[in-house]
Amino acid sequence: MLEKAFKGGQKYWSLLLGLAILSGVGFACFMLQLNQGLKITGMSRDVSWGFYIAQFTFLVGVAASAVMVVLPYYLHHVKEFGRITILGEFLAVSAVTMCLLFIIVDLGQPMRLLNVLLHPTPNSILFWDMVVLNGYLFLNAVIGWTVLSAERKEMPPPAWVKPLIYISIPWAVSIHTVTAFLYAGLPGRHFWLTAIMAARFLASAFASGPSLLILLCFLIRKRTNFDPGPSAIEKLSKIVTYAMITSVFFLLLEIFTAFYSKIPGHMHGFVYQFAGYEGHAELVPFMWLSVILSVIALVLLVPPQFRNNEKLLKIACLAVFFGLYLEKGVGLVVTGFIPNVFDKVTPYIPTAPELAITLGVWATGFLIMAVLYKVAIGVKEEIRA
Amino acid sequence: MEKNRREFLKIGGISVLGLSALPVFQALAQEKGPRYKPDPKALKGAQWAMIVDMKKCWEQQEKRQCKDCILACHKIHNVPDIPDQKREIKWIWLEEYKHAFPDQAHEYAPEKVKESPFMLLCNHCSNPPCVRVCPTKATFKRSQDGIVMMDFHRCIGCRYCMAGCPYGARSFNWGDPRPYLKPEDINMTYPTRRKGVVEKCTFCYERIDEGLQPACVEACKVKALIFGDVTNPNSEVRKILSGHYSLRRKIELGTGPNVYYLI
Repeated sequence: MLEKAFKGGQKYWSLLLGLAILSGVGFACFMLQLNQGLKITGMSRDVSWGFYIAQFTFLVGVAASAVMVVLPYYLHHVKEFGRITILGEFLAVSAVTMCLLFIIVDLGQPMRLLNVLLHPTPNSILFWDMVVLNGYLFLNAVIGWTVLSAERKEMPPPAWVKPLIYISIPWAVSIHTVTAFLYAGLPGRHFWLTAIMAARFLASAFASGPSLLILLCFLIRKRTNFDPGPSAIEKLSKIVTYAMITSVFFLLLEIFTAFYSKIPGHMHGFVYQFAGYEGHAELVPFMWLSVILSVIALVLLVPPQFRNNEKLLKIACLAVFFGLYLEKGVGLVVTGFIPNVFDKVTPYIPTAPELAITLGVWATGFLIMAVLYKVAIGVKEEIRA
Repeated sequence: MEKNRREFLKIGGISVLGLSALPVFQALAQEKGPRYKPDPKALKGAQWAMIVDMKKCWEQQEKRQCKDCILACHKIHNVPDIPDQKREIKWIWLEEYKHAFPDQAHEYAPEKVKESPFMLLCNHCSNPPCVRVCPTKATFKRSQDGIVMMDFHRCIGCRYCMAGCPYGARSFNWGDPRPYLKPEDINMTYPTRRKGVVEKCTFCYERIDEGLQPACVEACKVKALIFGDVTNPNSEVRKILSGHYSLRRKIELGTGPNVYYLI
């Protein structure tokens, strides 16, 4: 089946080449980081996690969102999703791969990575995150590939894959819950110390992931002979709408708790994000942009006449994806460290090599996705032909 | 010949049995105690604690800008002197009142308290969040005396412990620390570190195990630092704590810090 990835037009090959160049540049910068240490990044004693961990956090959401097509299809027999479950699963594979790569590039001693397996530590959430992320990667890769192989032979998928599919549904929830627990269980980091963190993560995941999937479906319909079908996109857009409303609602709950209680530690993070704290306002433009994008998204998603308009839906999906990216992939992690435990502000600004490594990991993920999607669509076109 | 073969098989069988039982015996033997014999001079305590008498400390600081404890600690542990504040490494350091006690500081505190620096170090918490979050047990609590230890050789540099510590007591080697050490000053009996690992104060476990007081305590000429077993009612630290009102940092977080401040 993999041979389908090697038969493509010029556009396909130039896409792969472009992504390979970006990931190559990222890899070269990673070599520099291995040689020099993490001092080539913008991180510091006070902001000890930065852009890498933020990207990882956002992408776990994208990965978890595959469940939003798998669950309706397998548990509620929503037939429309049959055509795109494979796309959801392969999106999850590439997103989880990016997550794992972001963790690796963030380590000070990546060659000691196996210490996590050699000295398993059940009291560490990071240990469980390793377990659930690798498990989810395995589940989606195996399920996706097996179901697609069966589809190619026009046979029902083998019986053993069914239990794996059912396991993968709560497993998707677990990857984002455990990732939220990384933050939510730390004393003295008030911005993260909130019981609603996991729920917030899931709500934003079920908005950002499916909105990316909708955009990918439009792209596939334009570029290939495979049509994911309008009803699948319509159903996905409803999921995005409800998830986005929930996500914004959860954020407002946090803001209420912080500002009605007036507990300084709980307010400082939001003040830093939206107004600037003690003269530091590095995130203010990004966070307001995130708010504006979220408002645009809700205005375009909630009324059905806007949502069912393809052009507006595309804009809405872009707004959801980038709005939530700014919230999770830019704001959330850094703000946990600002102000720091001494109530001082040390600003964080990522450096050029850090951004190049980040871009390289994204490119690697999209490269994997392009190849997997090529295979999946190749099979779909073959059956139809 | 026949008999010999039988003998051989018997001996061989017993040997194999014996070899397979060896790890079991070893495991049983290990449970009796540590594999090494501790130094009989080693200080013994169930939970080490430190008292910082700020009055004595401030007096000295006024007199001669005293940093004896910092210098002694950093020298003996090969702590590099990195000028960049964002990347610096510190095991014991000075911090203003409002930053050391951000949740207790108030504007009407005595001028003396507000303006004078406090001596900060790892709190060797009874319930340390850094140990809870570490995915490789590179940071762990020593069972016999509650010291929060750091294994530089096992640390993968994930910095989860730094996110977990509410006291900012942990430093990360963002680059190679060795260029920031003067070769003639390196203490050959303590390791230097490499890039990509976390480090912090360890209450001088290596000195305690030889019956010595922590280097900072020894270096303080006015005895502003007092070290002892807080579980022992007859220890000096307990006598001081029962006779004075003392402060600890961020006790509301439930970490159980073991560094006490007298003001």
